[in-house]
Amino acid sequence: MIDIKDIEKSFEGKQVLKGVSLSLQDGETIVILGRSGCGKSVLLKIILRLLVQDRGAVIIDGIDTSRFREEQMMPLRKRIGMLFQGAALFDSLNVMENVAYSLREHTKMPEAEVRDKVAECLEFVELSGTEALMPSELSGGMKKRVALARAMAIGPSYMFYDEPTTGLDPLTSRKINQLIRKLQAERRVSSIVVTHEIANAFQVADRFVVIKDGEILLTGSASEVRGSKLKFVQDFIKGGVIGHGEQ
Amino acid sequence: MNGYLINRARAFSSEVYRFFAFQWEVARRLFRPPYYPKAVWEQMDRIGVDSLSIVVMVGFFTGFVLAFQIGYAMMRFGAKLYVGGIVAVSLVRELGPVLIAMVFAGRVGAGITAELGAMQVSEQIDAMKALATDPLRKLVMTRFLASVLMLPVLVVIGDLIGILGGMLVGVLNLGLTVSFYKSSVVNSLVLNDLFSGLLKPLVFGAMISLVACYFGLNTKGGTRGVGEAVTRTVVVSSVLIFLLDALITKLLFLIGI
Repeated sequence: MIDIKDIEKSFEGKQVLKGVSLSLQDGETIVILGRSGCGKSVLLKIILRLLVQDRGAVIIDGIDTSRFREEQMMPLRKRIGMLFQGAALFDSLNVMENVAYSLREHTKMPEAEVRDKVAECLEFVELSGTEALMPSELSGGMKKRVALARAMAIGPSYMFYDEPTTGLDPLTSRKINQLIRKLQAERRVSSIVVTHEIANAFQVADRFVVIKDGEILLTGSASEVRGSKLKFVQDFIKGGVIGHGEQ
Repeated sequence: MNGYLINRARAFSSEVYRFFAFQWEVARRLFRPPYYPKAVWEQMDRIGVDSLSIVVMVGFFTGFVLAFQIGYAMMRFGAKLYVGGIVAVSLVRELGPVLIAMVFAGRVGAGITAELGAMQVSEQIDAMKALATDPLRKLVMTRFLASVLMLPVLVVIGDLIGILGGMLVGVLNLGLTVSFYKSSVVNSLVLNDLFSGLLKPLVFGAMISLVACYFGLNTKGGTRGVGEAVTRTVVVSSVLIFLLDALITKLLFLIGI
């Protein structure tokens, strides 16, 4: 379980998160909805301690990481897989080396086993046979799926997805959503999905958290979000909220 | 105007503080594994072997021009016999380390910053951390160790080629014999010259790699930010080469080396 308590974060005087609290239960998938730039991705990076919060606490499996140094975070990061918005594949490594990265870094697995595990992960994301390709040879959707295979290779308990379907066509987006669901169903992985794409959100969420202006506006199930009387939420569902400055 | 200067001074001191904090973080990792020997080896190949051609050219032409200038100036006093010794001492103590370090900063330093900067703006550094790998060990330490090991080797090679370039001028233009030039070189160089000539590239190699990695890992603002980071690396490294050269030279003279 991951507990986030009263997280505050500012960048150059601008407060992005104003006391955000939420908890991720084992096996559930939370979708964090909000406009671009409202601090959703920042929250994921704070949980992983890629960014450090100004105030508040992050508790992962009962361990408070608020005062952790970089090296203390390493064992906890092995429990969390992260799919970055731009996939963030290592562009000097091929698909095989990308997916095998954490296996080679953190396990003493024999090379033959590493190859089998990579093949299994690539099969899971339906990209078997792409081992020798370089990231520059992959489409946007393929990059995201390879990044997903890389994140799940070491068997994390938690998965974070930062805008997993942004910039992808509807069919590829659906494929990614199916993979998120499959990962949760088959491996009991707890997930946080950050997105501003409402249609995709409804496909994967057990619970929604809507963020507006750095604060949680609403937490609830899909039906609670659909039934919400809040104008911001309704605008979001109807696709009315696009840019900044709208109320 | 005063406010502008104060802000600039504050920004500068905070940057210096962050750079020293970065060096401290690297130093903390220096005596604790893992060291990634395979990655260090790969970097030594990229940093050292791939720089060989440019180092050979710089060394050769420096020795060549130095021998010309010194030779013709000394011919007026009938002292051209000392050309070999002067070329050798100038190259080994001063010109070799400084000029090759400048080339190293331009080629290797800029390359390191561009690579790490591109990784930073495309979230690959964050991905590395998220995959529970320490970029300071995996990326910085490997480049630091490779630079510290390879720059002295490159400087020694550059010095030797430079002395050979000087010999070409000595023999073809100044009428010296090969054996005379050689004995002038051997008799002029003492152990202290070699010590000074190896200490400087060691320090320069450490400094250039740290500056390059620091600016690379702190790149902000997309591809434009990468370009700015590379410029900063080359400018800061070049200034620090001259500054450290002056400091080391003064220090060595003070302790009689």
